Amino acid sequence: MTDLQTAPPPAPSRSETFEALTGGVGSTLSGGRRFKDGFSSVLFALSFLLVTAPLLWMFWDVLRQGLEPVLNLDWWTEPIPGDVVRSDLAGNADLSDLGFDTGETVDSDSVTLGMQPAIVGTILTVLGASLLAIPLGILGAVYLNEYGKKGRLASFIRFMTDVMTGVPSVIMGVFIYTIWVIPRGVSGRSAWAASLALACLMLPIVVRATEEMLRLVPDSLREASAALGTRTWKTTITVTIPAAMAGIVSGSLLAVARAAGETAPVLFVIGFTTATNLSFQGGNTTLSAQIYSQQQNGGPLATQLAWGAAVTLIGIVLVTTLVARWIAKRYTID
Amino acid sequence: MSSADLTPLTEQGRGAVADTAFRVVALLSGLAVLVILAAIAISTSISAWPAVQDQGLYYFFGTEWAPSAGKYGIVPLAFGTVLVSLIAVFISVPLSLGIALFTTEVAPDRLRRPVITVIDLMAAVPSVVFGIWAFYNLLPGFQSLFNSIADAVSGIPILNSIFGPSSGSAYMSAGMILALMITPIITSVAREVFTTVPVNDKSGALALGATKWEMIKGVVIPHSFGGLTGAVMLGFGRALGETVAVALIIGAVPNITTNLFAKGETMPAQIFRQLSEASSTFRAALIGLGVCLFIITIFVNISARRIVAVVDRRVKGD
Repeated sequence: MTDLQTAPPPAPSRSETFEALTGGVGSTLSGGRRFKDGFSSVLFALSFLLVTAPLLWMFWDVLRQGLEPVLNLDWWTEPIPGDVVRSDLAGNADLSDLGFDTGETVDSDSVTLGMQPAIVGTILTVLGASLLAIPLGILGAVYLNEYGKKGRLASFIRFMTDVMTGVPSVIMGVFIYTIWVIPRGVSGRSAWAASLALACLMLPIVVRATEEMLRLVPDSLREASAALGTRTWKTTITVTIPAAMAGIVSGSLLAVARAAGETAPVLFVIGFTTATNLSFQGGNTTLSAQIYSQQQNGGPLATQLAWGAAVTLIGIVLVTTLVARWIAKRYTID
Repeated sequence: MSSADLTPLTEQGRGAVADTAFRVVALLSGLAVLVILAAIAISTSISAWPAVQDQGLYYFFGTEWAPSAGKYGIVPLAFGTVLVSLIAVFISVPLSLGIALFTTEVAPDRLRRPVITVIDLMAAVPSVVFGIWAFYNLLPGFQSLFNSIADAVSGIPILNSIFGPSSGSAYMSAGMILALMITPIITSVAREVFTTVPVNDKSGALALGATKWEMIKGVVIPHSFGGLTGAVMLGFGRALGETVAVALIIGAVPNITTNLFAKGETMPAQIFRQLSEASSTFRAALIGLGVCLFIITIFVNISARRIVAVVDRRVKGD
């Protein structure tokens, strides 16, 4: 770009240079060309707004409808009310008018809106999945970047890992359903089964994120360690992985956020509970599963539970994602 | 360094064993991805086999999916899955390319990071949240919108079969929500593709007097065409497998129709809805849907990744 030599602005960024170039020429542009240029830029900006607007609208709707129960301490400490359907029916004036009065006296005000079992279940299933997928994923990435490198096998694994990130999450659920739930019957439905399904989902994400980070570790570090006589395995554990740690943590957290939000692989392998279950065995529930099943229940109380669970889930997922991005930005190795 | 630290160096044997052991463990972990993919294919196929035995070729070519009548033809569900994904891609691609061009070429520097952050956060929103939001807050609006469109075109021959009466839950509703959900992935891949365009080519076009738009049209787009195809296919693959949001708003009626505003059903949504209650042939048929979906998405993703990889190599090669 020789133009810069005649009129050098102090360290211009690329876009500023373009601005200067197009702006300078702009004065002699024909009306049609100038219009097209401006119009296309407006369209690009507009496409961003078109996508952002529904997103903001959704956040607003979810908060408006779900924030109230979440702010109550009971939400975090109480079991999920099991009789929402009955109390919804009892309070339903239309049904009474039609002569279908259930005759029950469940007062909807007496129902305590609690979600503790689902909050605990979400943490438990994601914890189980992380314990399985993160170590395995990091070791897999170590193979790809430290041993396999550009070899045929490593390239193939790398390729299939990318492909695996595109496998629908519901398939992971079906897979665990066939190998874990069907042989064990009802007792097979548990937080552990959900953890297995989520681990399958997280594994390729962790592998690829970790490998990207290991690749950024300068070879000079490995060579320095090797020159001191350190074995490859020890170099990897004490030099390479620590150097890439921030990126690995950030990538793993993104996988955690993704897993926490998943419903499809969880719903039919986790079973059901309305009481807090701290064990990997036995029926359990997650926030995402609750959102779906309460929506299916349909009454006003159930709907309130669904919206509350949505606020809680979005909160957990967004906080995890933002922390991951913050770590990635704060500790990037250049 | 003290002499104590140096002692392991003299013990060649132990170090070599640890090295080999670590290498093997890492290799096995790397192979885990392949093992899991193979296990998915084998285990689900075995569980789905009874349905194929029971239904024969009808399973693959049958046009009726009616569990209560014992009929399990997957064509209506496959039709719904592809239709919804196509709608999503058609809506999402122009928007995604617009956003990607906005962040790489048009937006001022200080706007780029925030725009990218917003799109990334969008990818983090759980599918089920999109689903209940659309179900409670959008479907009534969609219903009146779709019906007024249907009324407007009711006299026009072909259009009136595409835009028919609606109850809100529809292929179109699901497609529109899916479009929002696949926009982040198409945008991020497109962004990567656009950043591989050589700066010299772009500056050259501008130096010749091209406007920014002419530079994009003449340099950026032609250079990125292959990569963009890959990006679109990745988005399509994501749309094919999207489950919960679609399940909540599509209406749960397996339906081969030209009416985009009619209720429908997709393969993942049907699995999701029915698998926990199903047994015997129905269960096998649902797992079979999973096998078909697995094969389709693997195929789409392999093609997409291949295209992206070829483009990558070409760019890095020169």
